[in-house]
Amino acid sequence: MEPTKTEFNVMESTQTDYSGTLMVEDEHELASGERVMTLNMGPQHPSTHGVMRVLLKLDGETVIECDPMIGYLHRGTEKLSETKRYAQIVPWTDRLDYTAAPQNNLGYVLAVEKLLGLNVPERAQYWRVIMVELSRLASHLVWLGTHALDIGALSMSLYTFREREMIMDIFETFCGARLTTNMMEIGGFSRPLPDTLIEQIRNFLRVFPNRITEYTDLLTANPIWLARTKGVGVITPEAATSYSLTGACLRGSGINYDIRKADPYLVYDQLDFEVPLGQFGDVFDRYLVRVEEMRQAHKIITQALNYIEHDDRPMMAYESAYVMPPHMGTMTTAEDMQRHFVWVIKGFSAPIGEVYHAIEHGKGEFGIHIVSDGGSMPYRMRIRTPDYVNLGVLPHMAQGAMLADMVALIGTIDIVLGSVDR
Amino acid sequence: MGDQPIWITFIVTFVIMIVLLTSMAYTTWYERKVLARFQDRIGPTRTGPAGLLQPLADAVKLMGKEDLIPEAADRKVFYFAPMITFITAILAAAVIPWGGTIELFGQSVNLYPTDLNVGALFILATGSIGVYGIILGGWSSGNRYSLLGAIRSAAQVISYELILGFSLVGIFIITGTMSLKEIMFRQHETISFGPFEIANWFVLSQPLAFVLFVIAAVAETNRAPFDLPEAESELVAGFMTEYSAMRFALYFLGEYISMIIMSLFASTLFLGGTSGPGADTYWPLGIMWLVLKAIAFLFFYIWLRATLPRFRFDQLMGLAWKVLLPLAILNIALTAFFRLIGNGQVF
Repeated sequence: MEPTKTEFNVMESTQTDYSGTLMVEDEHELASGERVMTLNMGPQHPSTHGVMRVLLKLDGETVIECDPMIGYLHRGTEKLSETKRYAQIVPWTDRLDYTAAPQNNLGYVLAVEKLLGLNVPERAQYWRVIMVELSRLASHLVWLGTHALDIGALSMSLYTFREREMIMDIFETFCGARLTTNMMEIGGFSRPLPDTLIEQIRNFLRVFPNRITEYTDLLTANPIWLARTKGVGVITPEAATSYSLTGACLRGSGINYDIRKADPYLVYDQLDFEVPLGQFGDVFDRYLVRVEEMRQAHKIITQALNYIEHDDRPMMAYESAYVMPPHMGTMTTAEDMQRHFVWVIKGFSAPIGEVYHAIEHGKGEFGIHIVSDGGSMPYRMRIRTPDYVNLGVLPHMAQGAMLADMVALIGTIDIVLGSVDR
Repeated sequence: MGDQPIWITFIVTFVIMIVLLTSMAYTTWYERKVLARFQDRIGPTRTGPAGLLQPLADAVKLMGKEDLIPEAADRKVFYFAPMITFITAILAAAVIPWGGTIELFGQSVNLYPTDLNVGALFILATGSIGVYGIILGGWSSGNRYSLLGAIRSAAQVISYELILGFSLVGIFIITGTMSLKEIMFRQHETISFGPFEIANWFVLSQPLAFVLFVIAAVAETNRAPFDLPEAESELVAGFMTEYSAMRFALYFLGEYISMIIMSLFASTLFLGGTSGPGADTYWPLGIMWLVLKAIAFLFFYIWLRATLPRFRFDQLMGLAWKVLLPLAILNIALTAFFRLIGNGQVF
């Protein structure tokens, strides 16, 4: 039915009145008699790192109130997981934090392995560490580039993406994909390593320390960078714990909590690395913490690679019934072929139970909570993404900040909206 | 002035306009190339050799775009605001001298459109009026980002205009004139420095003023690290947010013309303008020196943009009023003091 004349008029009258030069419908007066301006930052805004919307109430350039609104990239990953078999969920986790897909993969795969009680071969564990730390570097490089770009250091993003490109090439060699890697498999790695992989990683490890120095030369000693980051967005240790922050946001406030140390998974307890801590909890401290984390990740990769380089033990827990049988077995033996058929068509039935496993993701604690009813699909899967929880501190930090600080504050939390919205 | 037929002035002005508009387009190309080199890229390569036709392609693209005027905009102001910025930016070129008076085809030709006795003041004035284009454009867009950009611009330009003006006072004290031509020719003289004969460039006698001038000139043209009015990371595109097509291009090109003018202005005031080896005997060499100095300035502009983060608004104002302005006043006082000593009026 076509709208009648009166209906049309009603619609028109509820629209915003543009007769003034600004929309005035949501402006109110402060006690001092000055008017508050509401600024809608996002969802299409260059510095909200995707599609976040921040509703700001401004007094001049000073932020009075900040209200982050999320959900513009919600894809229902948790609900979708209830209709996918365990092995099919791995690619969905790629799309959570798309700057660090291997880490998401790992968090999920470790949770499933905990549920199944699988023991993954040591060599695969080391390779997982190498890939995850590379991915941590990639994620931190994206963060550093975009954070610096937000604060106006234009060239940083191109420098960091140059190094990230090398990591992407390593991922491409390793698994064929660059961004959404779908790299981790339940039980280890089923494919042999490509020949050029180790050389490629060595090459990257050789150039990277100098590149970090290049970044810090450009930023850490830059008076404008210091002025923009020091004393801005301070999170006290009390606030950090009460907002249940994790990752660099927590460690930047000086609280020593890193799951790799506190509750080691994979082979992190056999590797030598340090957890950098901040002092004042401002944007600058979180920057220093993340840069130092990059150096530590470099150290971890070097150690793991030295240990595992000349190892050719199997990478897959083939003795278990939960993993796909080896390719050659499928081709030659009837038992393996049948198992392969059932695994592909029906999937394995997980034991009944409930697990939670958390890893130290580049952005903080990434946890997967799986409830299994004994079927081949999770009964319920809950994803705890670090940046979703960390984002909660934004209104706290934004109190009294300048408008220009907002982009620094959003950047310092290191959010990826795919991960926040899930 | 006035010793040549008006049609020669027209021709000179015409040539300068053509050169300025072309160089403005190629400044964008130059910036893209230099910035690309800073950032480990190669810049435009596809349009013509070394991407030399890129400015042309950009112009064609911008002319083909839809010229959008938002519903909430004040249409008339929105329409005229970019023109103010563009016209005032070009107007400043009128007083930049490209040399003295030369003999060409039997005519005596002045290599400047006009020689105002307040030439330096004229350039500052056009800059002040140019900011109206930004304020009005930002205000009339009916967009809050534009409004914030416009307010920032107003505050910024007022603060830095002051420093720009104050940093020149030293030169005025030394030369006793505001005519750019006379200031430039004072720098063609040489002074003896021990055994050496060096050019009397005012950067040597006014180093502090030179530094202040360069900082203020960067702020005046809204370039990084003072590009707050169009800070794309927080204000989307600042006062230009709602502008599209050629109207956007007018702002964009106005900024580049301002950069060129400021580079020429700084070269004329502090680096001797056309002064250089052979410039006094052969006038094209003088023009070449001026162009080279301006290109070096433009390179400095781009270098800053490639390296530095952006100031915050309050830090920008703090820098202007708490640091630069006292220094500028100090410079004036010192210059005046030495001038008085030179005149034998103190001791």
